Order: sequence, then C-alpha cells, then structure tokens
Amino acid sequence: MLKVKNLNVSYGAIHAIHDVSLEVNEGEIVSLIGANGAGKTTTLSTITGLKKAASGEVTLDGQNLLAMPAPKIVGLGLAHVPEGRRIFAEMTVAENLEMGAYTRRERAEVQQSIEDVYGRFPRLKERYRQVAGTLSGGEQQMLAIGRALMSRPKILLMDEPSMGLSPLLVKEIFAIIGEVNASGVTVLLVEQNAKMALSIANRAYVLETGRVVMEGDAKELMGNSEIKKAYLGA
Amino acid sequence: MNVFMTQTLNGLGLGSIYALIALGYSMVYGIVKLINFAHGDIIMVGGYVVLLMMVTMGLPLWMAVIGSVLFCALAGVLIERIAYRRLLNHGAPRISLLITAIGVSIFLQNLFQLIFGSDAKSVPQMFAFPPIAIGSLQIASSTIINIVVSVLMMIGLHLLVNKSRMGKAMRATSEDAGAAMLMGINTNHTVAFTFAVGSALAAVGAVLYCNTYPQLKPVMGNLLGLKAFVAAVLGGIGSIPGAMLGGYILGVAESWTKSYISSNLTDAVVFGILIVVLLLKPTGLLGKNVKEKV
Repeated sequence: MLKVKNLNVSYGAIHAIHDVSLEVNEGEIVSLIGANGAGKTTTLSTITGLKKAASGEVTLDGQNLLAMPAPKIVGLGLAHVPEGRRIFAEMTVAENLEMGAYTRRERAEVQQSIEDVYGRFPRLKERYRQVAGTLSGGEQQMLAIGRALMSRPKILLMDEPSMGLSPLLVKEIFAIIGEVNASGVTVLLVEQNAKMALSIANRAYVLETGRVVMEGDAKELMGNSEIKKAYLGA
Repeated sequence: MNVFMTQTLNGLGLGSIYALIALGYSMVYGIVKLINFAHGDIIMVGGYVVLLMMVTMGLPLWMAVIGSVLFCALAGVLIERIAYRRLLNHGAPRISLLITAIGVSIFLQNLFQLIFGSDAKSVPQMFAFPPIAIGSLQIASSTIINIVVSVLMMIGLHLLVNKSRMGKAMRATSEDAGAAMLMGINTNHTVAFTFAVGSALAAVGAVLYCNTYPQLKPVMGNLLGLKAFVAAVLGGIGSIPGAMLGGYILGVAESWTKSYISSNLTDAVVFGILIVVLLLKPTGLLGKNVKEKV
C-alpha cells in the first residue's frame, strides 16, 4: 500500500535520512522504532509532504506522493497524527473534528463521522464545546486521533502517540490503535516506546541515525538480543 | 456635558475607521505573523478608486463603493501573491518580510503620485444626511454612519471567522499552518483570502474616511495606517475584537485630546498610549500570552 524507496532527506547541509526503504501492506500495523534523532519524525513528515525529500520514491497505491503538496495527500486516504498532537488549541473539540473532515464535502456523512468519533471517545463528546487547549494530554491525543480519522483514511501515520502520557493512558491509546486497525485502517506507527510499539505491530523497522539497520517480524525483533539491549532495556 | 458627549461620539466615529483598518493588520499578522506595512496604503488606493469611479467615470456612489472594495481585495491578493508568498513559503526571516512590506508601501505611494499627482484631491460629498439631533445634542451624520458600518462589518467578520468553512480554516492556519495542511487545508488559499478580507475592510474604511474628511493624498496611508497599527497593537495584535476595541479607544482619546488639551498633541497622545500599553501589557489589551516554541 505505502512504499518508500531509497528516501533521502536533508536539513540544509545535514543529511538526516539515508536511503530509507520501507513498505506497509494493507491491514498491517508497522512500527518504526529508534532513538531520539534517528529520523523517525522526518520520515513521516516527508511521506505526508510537510518536508521535501532530496531523492527517493514515496508511493501510496502506486501514486507518487513526493510530487504532491501536503493538502492533496490527505484526500488520497493518508492521515497523519503529528508529533506533539498539534491539535488546534483555540478551537473547540467539535471544530477540530470538522477540520479533520476538511477534504470531505457531504455534510450529513461528516456529521455521522463526528458521531462515530464520539462513540469511540465518549470523553470527547462530553467536552465537544470546550476549547481543545483545555483538554488533558490523553484527551488531546484522543482528539488528534479522532481528527485524523475524520478524513476516513485508508492508512494512518502516527507519530509518538504515547509521548508525555502516563503508563495507564499509554495502554489506553495503544488499545485504541489496535481497535482502529481492527476496523480496517492500516497503521504506520512511530514510537520511542519500543516495547509497546513492537507488542502491537506485525512488522517493524529500526532506524539509527537516519538509516534502517534492522527490519522484520515484530515478535522476532522483540526477541533479538541487540534490540533488547538497545531499546527494551532488558 | 454636551461637549463631552459630542466629542466622545466624534471619537467613536473616527475610531470606527481606525478599527476597520486595524482589523486588516491584525488578521494578516494572526495568520502569517507579518506586519503588513503596505496595508495603510490600501486605504489610499481605496480612496482614489472611489474618486476615479465617481468623478472621472461618473458612476453612482454604490457602484463606486463596491468597485473600490473589490479592487482593494484584489490588490491585497496580488500583493500577497507577488511580494510575500515566496518569502512566506520559503521560511524567510521576518525582517525580510517587513522590509518587503515597507517596499510595497513606498511603491504604492509613488505609483499613485505618478498617476494622480502629489497634491491633495478633494472628494465630492458622498452620503448627504442632515445632522441628527438628540435633545440638545447634534451628531454629524458621518459619525453615525461610521459607527453603524463598523459594527456591521465587525458582526459580519465575526460570523465569517467563526461559522464559515473558510473562516475556520483561517483560524486553523493561524494556529498551526503545518497541522492545517495535514487536514487538507490549502494554506496558500487561506492566506490569500485573509489578505482579500483585510484589504476589503480597509476599502470600507477608506470610503468612511473620505466621507468624513473629504480629501485624498498619495501619502495619506502613512499616518492613518500607523495609527490603525497602533490600534491593533493596543487591542492585542492577532485579536479581532482587540483591533476593534483598540480603534475605538484611539479615536476617543484623539477626540478628547483635541477638545480638552490641544489639537497639536493628538498624535503625541496616540503614540504615548501605545508606549504605556506596551510597557504595562506587551501583548495588548485583549492579546494572548504567546508561548514561544523551543
């Protein structure tokens, strides 16, 4: 479904991503793990068009994403829950969800999608008129996920959904990711929390200083001694 | 008491013009963090377009007003497209944008000097109503028109920004342009639309100004624009109600200074207020505290 081939990305003179290739198949959860600064966020931002690539290929169902401006990409069925959530803090919960459906025109169906999100996240329904900046961290993450789902994506890119959340909330968010995937949405997940990321994923890639150093079945990677030492703290 | 009431109303009338212009500064700043110094000159452009359409082309007033509003909206979009967009999309430093804005301002002033000459042109009477008497109070019709029109514009703008799809996209873009793009919002369109609305409001301000002070000069945008900018900062730049409030406060302060202190001191008082507000509340009266992202 999503294919990244020999991607290179630079920030000025700094070559941040070296020949990264990865693939996400329909229905999968694929995790991209790695330390801070490994290039996980840069990879996602390049896929969604927020960052320009120096060279390489990114395709979604065969369509070239690199030639496309970011606002067009959402319409193809690829949604991105960015790092740090980036909800619209001064807009209400309901307005944030509406923005998520910006590419969709049919009002009644959008309203139905909003109800679906409220069904999945009852806490958002309770707070729908509240300004999003007043939500707790966990609620904001739920809103960011709900907002991304409003575009009815085929594939959801999630960047550090566990960041800044308590262990209990991290569990809740990962349960939600599992549910979203079970409802038919393919997921590409970027996480520093390697243990959680590997436990939920089908397959995973390990990034180190901008290069893919390992890839494979998530369960196998979890048993790998190098991964254990470097990322699982055991 | 009568003098006080009259001067206050006059001040609100003048403040309405400042407010309409201040909205443009504030909206543009809110969305692209640019102090668009060419905004003041849009008032001048709006004034000359009205004059041209009314006198030279002999069109009726309502057509001249609509023509001026449309022309200014288009001018705002063109200025954004030609002068600012490349800088904005390539992350140019703010100082480059600011200097570009000053350049656009100088360009517009000289262009209009070239076309219309540098001396003042008088504008024929636009809205002719007799003054309105409430008790012993005489209120000039222009004062009432200014206040009513500015309040209507404010309500319209409030509805646009809070209820319409484009307005919500504007708010989303001003908060986080990157996140807005991830939602599928074409931020280039949103920014262009903001310039169009801001410039259209300035054109309305220009019509009111010409009706109140029937004179045009190519450099009139300098002081008028600067004062409206002060109003925007006073109210809290980026805040729409703040721009309105700042405009009214400034107008009233100017009017009171004229009648109770000295008309020579009005500008000193206006900029004095700015200094005091910046010292006491740097974000303006209704401004939010901005957290800088590290």
